[in-house]
Amino acid sequence: MVALDSLKWRRRAKRIFLYSFMLFFSTPFIFVFVWMVMASLKTHLQNTAIPPLLIFDPTFENYQRVFTRTPIVQYFNNSVIVAIGSTGLGLLLGLPAAFSIALYRQHHLALAVLSSRIMPGMSYLVPWFILFSALQLIGTHAAVILSHLTVTMPLVIWILIGFFEDLPRELFDAARIDGCSVYGAFARVALPLALPGIIVSGILAFIFSWNNFMLSLILGGSGVRTLPVAVYNFIGETQIDWGGLNATATTVTLPIVFFVLIVQRHVVRGLTLGAVKG
Amino acid sequence: MSDTSAPGRPKAFSGMPLSRSLFSERNARYLMPAPAVVAIAAMMAFPVVYTFWLSFHEWFASSPKGPAFVGLENYYKLIVTDPRFQGALIRTFLFTILAVGLQTVLGIAMALVFNEEFAGRGLFRTLFLLPMMATPVAVSLVWLMMYDPTSGLLNYLLSLLGIGPSLWVADPGIALLCLVVVDSWKFTPLIMLIVLAGLSALPLEPYESAIIDGASANQLFWRITLPLLRPTIVVAVLFRSIDALKTFDSIFVITRGGPLYATETLNIYSFVTAFQYFNMGYSSALLVIFFVIVMTVSVLCMWLRRVSW
Repeated sequence: MVALDSLKWRRRAKRIFLYSFMLFFSTPFIFVFVWMVMASLKTHLQNTAIPPLLIFDPTFENYQRVFTRTPIVQYFNNSVIVAIGSTGLGLLLGLPAAFSIALYRQHHLALAVLSSRIMPGMSYLVPWFILFSALQLIGTHAAVILSHLTVTMPLVIWILIGFFEDLPRELFDAARIDGCSVYGAFARVALPLALPGIIVSGILAFIFSWNNFMLSLILGGSGVRTLPVAVYNFIGETQIDWGGLNATATTVTLPIVFFVLIVQRHVVRGLTLGAVKG
Repeated sequence: MSDTSAPGRPKAFSGMPLSRSLFSERNARYLMPAPAVVAIAAMMAFPVVYTFWLSFHEWFASSPKGPAFVGLENYYKLIVTDPRFQGALIRTFLFTILAVGLQTVLGIAMALVFNEEFAGRGLFRTLFLLPMMATPVAVSLVWLMMYDPTSGLLNYLLSLLGIGPSLWVADPGIALLCLVVVDSWKFTPLIMLIVLAGLSALPLEPYESAIIDGASANQLFWRITLPLLRPTIVVAVLFRSIDALKTFDSIFVITRGGPLYATETLNIYSFVTAFQYFNMGYSSALLVIFFVIVMTVSVLCMWLRRVSW
């Protein structure tokens, strides 16, 4: 009886230790977001208070100010247009390529796609800047969308290869025997079956385009300012408007939280480009 | 030569109807990926070639004069006479090694804890996805706010522990370490999730026989878990290293390479050279070297990955 009791206690102690350990480790990862939202609800005085305030009267004046006094709605629209444009274009070009790579086992092509992801984005940016300057395309949606294509297309192809490879090959054979062309088999059989993959890769591509800063900063100029660039511009001021900055930061982060909830199982795969199944 | 009897034909399509003899059918394997290949060539391959060409020229985008051929001068200047480049090169590797090292150790430790069954495990896993997916500029600026020497949260926490204030990212001595912390905040969960996936796929038999043989928990970890996880960890570390070498957003936003170049990596230096000094030729040479470094590390990665399996 005594031995059993001590075993129970040991198990309980282990449980408590485990939970506190987990809480201790996960707090910093979540807290940064909590702090961001809190700062967006503080006045400027509260944001620069010493010591930092944990309890305060929340106010929405930062959001109100940012939405009425800055063109944030326009920046939001720019981000949406660029992300949807580059994701759509990425899918349009990437879908048949991924299908072909999976069907014909074109490993060399897959490797070329992978290497385009490995290359530093800076090595594309300088030539594009020169080219787009010459064509007077700096600050247009077209320039930013095209540059974001280098982010979205490899990602879409890489994720979809996996989805297409998982489809049973017999389905294509059956479609072909019934008189479908390769393109018919692609459009009528593969595409509908790979719909979950199209959605997952589309959402991931959208997120990566939405988050992109470097390409948008240079190629968007002052004409097409996206939300990440707008957030960054807050620190150009002599006195940083932390409330407005965090209100904008929260606005740019919120859609991501929503999307991550949808694709959560595939995020790791997207970040490591299929190197890890899971 | 009839295509019907071509030996290299995919086996899956034996017994095909007549439509196969159409040009578009016969060449589907080239036509379907063609748009993507053209896009890759135009948007990625051409720029790399152009950068290479430009690296042998002197050209300021701010001046009306066109590019002038200077041979290897840019490379000579960079490698031999530019201390800023040497500093950036060292810092790039220092940042990568410190960040990936910290993330790997912490990530494995956390994965071992989170591998236990407990209520709310799914919720935790979802929350851990946020740091790596949230807009880098946004979260980096929250870190900048927390690092603020006067009103920042971190100095307040230090004062609670009775430690005097630190300048954090404004201190050249520790600025790079502060950025390592931000990077680890973002990507430790990634390594953790990869290792978790690896842990859940481990076979049970080695553990059963080891426990029968009286192995301790310590021995189980070092002798069984870690060796079995090695391939998973290698992949995680390599992918993370390739990305860490190229870290841009968080460094640029938090320190812009400062103070006193203390956090200037190759990526930041080439950006500043191109878009602040408009020294396109010099920046291109820098990028070619950077590109070679990233490619070497990547190829090394692939090779290591093959060796480890």
